[in-house]
Amino acid sequence: MESAFKRTLIITAIVMIIVALGVFLTLLLESLPSIKSLGIKYLWGRTWDPVSNEYGALPFLIGTVLTSFLALIISIPFSYAIAIFLGEYRTKGWIPEFLKNIVELVAAVPSVIYGFWALIVLVPMVRSLETKLGVPPYGVGIFSASLVLAIMIIPYAASLGRELIKLVPSALKEGAFSLGATRFEVLRHVILPYTRSGLLAGLLLSLGRALGETMAVTMVIGNTSVLPKSIFAPGNTMASVIANEFTEADRTVYLSALIELGLVLFIVTVIINIIGKAIIKRFSPE
Amino acid sequence: MKYRVKYRIGLSKFSEVIISLFAFIIALPLIAIIFYVLKVGLSKLSWHFFTNIPKPVGELGGGIANALVGSLLIVLIAAVIAVPIGILCGIYLSENKNSKISYYSRLAVDILQGVPSIVIGIVIYFWLVKPLGTFSALSGSVALAIMMLPIIIRSTEETLKLIPDSLKEAGLALGLPYHKVILKIIVPCGFSGILSGVILAVARVAGETAPLLFTAFGNPYITANILKPMQSLPLLIFNYATSPYDEWHDLAWGASTVLLIWVLLLNIITKLIARRWKVQL
Repeated sequence: MESAFKRTLIITAIVMIIVALGVFLTLLLESLPSIKSLGIKYLWGRTWDPVSNEYGALPFLIGTVLTSFLALIISIPFSYAIAIFLGEYRTKGWIPEFLKNIVELVAAVPSVIYGFWALIVLVPMVRSLETKLGVPPYGVGIFSASLVLAIMIIPYAASLGRELIKLVPSALKEGAFSLGATRFEVLRHVILPYTRSGLLAGLLLSLGRALGETMAVTMVIGNTSVLPKSIFAPGNTMASVIANEFTEADRTVYLSALIELGLVLFIVTVIINIIGKAIIKRFSPE
Repeated sequence: MKYRVKYRIGLSKFSEVIISLFAFIIALPLIAIIFYVLKVGLSKLSWHFFTNIPKPVGELGGGIANALVGSLLIVLIAAVIAVPIGILCGIYLSENKNSKISYYSRLAVDILQGVPSIVIGIVIYFWLVKPLGTFSALSGSVALAIMMLPIIIRSTEETLKLIPDSLKEAGLALGLPYHKVILKIIVPCGFSGILSGVILAVARVAGETAPLLFTAFGNPYITANILKPMQSLPLLIFNYATSPYDEWHDLAWGASTVLLIWVLLLNIITKLIARRWKVQL
């Protein structure tokens, strides 16, 4: 009984290792046909045309990078503002408590609901904006997808940032205050330098989320497999093209080319997550 | 000198106002999204809506009974798979902090936590759907279970780490065997933390769509056969929201409201548990 219990514990820990390894190996194995027949040029091929058996991943790589970074840039001022407000300016009382709860609840809303909301409410708004700007009014496209993504990562980035700002030793802040620094100067010259690496890690982790987000993006990005000409053009991300075409892929190379996209996505997000978590771990006190 | 001080104080006040403004400007649309979904969706709910399956286009009425049953079943089975493995693995990690297996196991958990959900869907497609020859609810449950595991393991490990060693030592000193010390002393002490981790994990996967696309697949009828394709709420919302028909949009709004309330309730319960027992999540 005694050793059986210990053995069960060890087995469950090993199961986790096997599952993680299995995920990677399955992706690698199943994308072998495409790696073999298309080679490395798959990554910068500009045309994705399954009908004529041409597979180039560049439109999706560009689409993914564009939407994720745009979303990150849009979200930064807001998530930092929430983080600073909750972590430094108002840490007690019902207003910050209310804001904190709202942010945490919003983080729990399923992405498919964000997608639906964006499709019905956001897309028409973007369309009228595009008409004003004089660009083709698709409504759906890279820009709409970035907006939804930004809304989705703000709560996550904000709670990470708040935790980090709270970790700043109060002795440091009090020292600065006692020397006559204003609140802004403490923020600028004590809190931000102290949390810089942590906030960077927060950005990385948010980026990892944005890269892999599927449903909301799929619903508003327009799903066209050509290189996007501007940020208002419809496009596709790696995740959205997998969601759209995986069950339709009828040839081995086609399916395997889609899985290779999944493999790229897996490797990129794993690297980003491991770096981000390593920085955060070094930052927080044990 | 005086002007310099005034400038600095002014700048400080100004920046505080700007930062607070930004924090609240974005909070408004966030709240607005939730209220919008509730406002549109609540009017679609009725007894009929919960007890009927979707009607074909053109016919009025119809409900989401198939998706409700499917979602409950798929998530339940996922929990049955993930909870025991997750808790046991969490116990192992907190008991063996520095062994080699823990190091790699922790790394594996970190990796799994970051994997995009659609990638999990692909992998399970090759693990279960292709060998069994059909999309099935079971494969969907396994995909969701893999997404639940990291959350359960992490919360179990973090909770058990906080329990003082003296409790364990007292149990061992009284001659209790190791497994009894763990199962009868350590786990009950950390019960609330583990429970809130489990509920959080359920809340997280209840709204997941991407891993179900190539596994549970969806089904317009009610079924309880877990080896056949099954509908779930997020899948139904995705399929009907992207359709061009207004009747189907109405169904999707209703389903969104049900899903939203379900997920938010689970989150609130987690928070209450965490506050009641002062758990760190």
